[in-house]
Amino acid sequence: MRGSRRYHIEVAVLRVLRPLGIAFFVLITLFPFYYMVLLSMREISEVIENPAQVFIPLADLSSAAYERVLKPTSEGGEGFVRFLINSAMVGLGTVIVTLVVSILGAYAVSRLEFFGKRSVHFLFLSVYLFPPILLAIPLFVAFSKLQLRGELWVLVIVYIAQTLPICVYMLRNYFETVPVSLEEAAEVDGATRLQIIRKITLPLAVPAIAATGLFVFMIAWNEFLFALLFLVEERQNWTVSLGVSQLTNIETPATTLMAGSVILTVPIIVLFLFAERLMTEGLTRGAEKG
Amino acid sequence: MAAQLEIPAPPPAPSRSRARDTRARRDSRAGLALVSPTVIVVVVMVVLPVLWALILSFQRIRLLQIRRLDILGGEYTLRNYDLLINSSDFLDAAKNTLLYSVFGTIGAIVLGLCAALLVRRSFRGRGLVRGVLLLPWVAPVVAIAFVWQVLLSPQLGFVNAVGTNVLGWDSPIPFLSQEEGTITIAGISIGVPTALLMVILFEAWKSFPFAFLFILARLQAAPAELEEAAMMDGATPTQTFRHIILPQLMGVIALIAVLRFIWTFNAFDEIYLLTGGGAGTEVLATQVYSFLTARNDVGASAAVAMFMAAVLAVLLLVYLKFFGERDRMQ
Repeated sequence: MRGSRRYHIEVAVLRVLRPLGIAFFVLITLFPFYYMVLLSMREISEVIENPAQVFIPLADLSSAAYERVLKPTSEGGEGFVRFLINSAMVGLGTVIVTLVVSILGAYAVSRLEFFGKRSVHFLFLSVYLFPPILLAIPLFVAFSKLQLRGELWVLVIVYIAQTLPICVYMLRNYFETVPVSLEEAAEVDGATRLQIIRKITLPLAVPAIAATGLFVFMIAWNEFLFALLFLVEERQNWTVSLGVSQLTNIETPATTLMAGSVILTVPIIVLFLFAERLMTEGLTRGAEKG
Repeated sequence: MAAQLEIPAPPPAPSRSRARDTRARRDSRAGLALVSPTVIVVVVMVVLPVLWALILSFQRIRLLQIRRLDILGGEYTLRNYDLLINSSDFLDAAKNTLLYSVFGTIGAIVLGLCAALLVRRSFRGRGLVRGVLLLPWVAPVVAIAFVWQVLLSPQLGFVNAVGTNVLGWDSPIPFLSQEEGTITIAGISIGVPTALLMVILFEAWKSFPFAFLFILARLQAAPAELEEAAMMDGATPTQTFRHIILPQLMGVIALIAVLRFIWTFNAFDEIYLLTGGGAGTEVLATQVYSFLTARNDVGASAAVAMFMAAVLAVLLLVYLKFFGERDRMQ
């Protein structure tokens, strides 16, 4: 049975196909990133002359596109240093507020029975059901009416609302793996609920909280739609994502666009490599059961 | 420590039930207090705006008037919805959205499933490969959309350079600005919606890591005994996949399909950045945006967006009807 012809053929074919398949996937995922970095360091005239060239001698690489992107507008650049600071501030603001609020929420959802717990789940689901573009309309109208639309902190509020539910979900998944017995012991010793969270639950959950925070930072850093809608008229408040998207006019060469894209992508990939394992486990923990 | 954890001798029954009562009430109060900041943010920034968008969709509001706008006042009219039903642009966008979401979702799941099966068993460098395969999903959409745009460009794009130099194409293909192209295979010409196909490919490429991640997690949680038993009984690898592995994955695949469909259906960034909604790739989300910004028509944009939400609500109800029962049993 085990020696059947079909069995041997399949095993042999798969033995060859498997490394090929893995190589295929690595190639299709990595090549665009490689091409992005490569183009950002070439001269645009050379790219137009020879677009298919994917190996460039090190001596021919140039950093001119990066200089152009990073230099302030007053010196003829695109002013990306400013955008990097804006994105970092928006990201950090979102992370701090979202974490504080979602830690409390996730604790409640994972540990306590309270009236309306089920409807809270439904409420969070609704954030994912409604198209962001649907939310964008009333928020755009409201903040225009209040004349606050170009403010960075308004964007932070929008991002907090967008990331809170996923944070509560990820942290709840983690809290459920922390044994309740420790908390019960503290409770017997007379600790209050907030003391328990601060002294027992939080220290145990530090890695999960860090991973969730990085995840939120990545969402805020990558976000495009709301940044475009709210900030496009306020150049000094642009985030990096928005700044790159505005590099597409005729005078900007593709090499500059790619340099901007590299500057936008590198911080995210570094953060991701830093916390990949924790972040992905927090996301998929619920899925393993079924 | 252990001594403290031991349950004290049971007090008489009535007082114990009272203690449990107050305990439950205290928990309930604490739970509500702790969850309320989250609920308040979501209600103020999501629920109320959605309700307001519903109202806006029944009003004639142009962006220039919003300074003077009275939030709930104004006349109510069906004009926005009327306009949509009779607009061929809207129907085209609805059709494109459907094609984009269905094929984008299928593409992402098929790629993700293949990748997960390939990476499933350990090999040297597996952790690294897993990390690399997640990159399209974590990288900023603005950056990767522009890389694709440059790769596919007719003037300086890598794909067209390879196509014309190596594969012998007559002329470069404007992948993202050609609404309809023809492929000739064995003398038969087939019309292809080039740009729409490209944005679908992009969506599948960008989202397959999400499917990959969840399917891989499920595969690794699956018990090995079943497969070993099947192998012992002489099942070939493809038979094992079809009869043992795939059935275990159906639950997670259905979940991914729903989530990916919703997110692809809602997607704005990808198409806006790749084609700007041109060349036959206009979807509902980009139409909402152009009603809101280019045409200043808040009412019409809200109507399109409400239509999107309604479609998703119906689909979600259908999903819950079919899969919700099963979840409750587990």
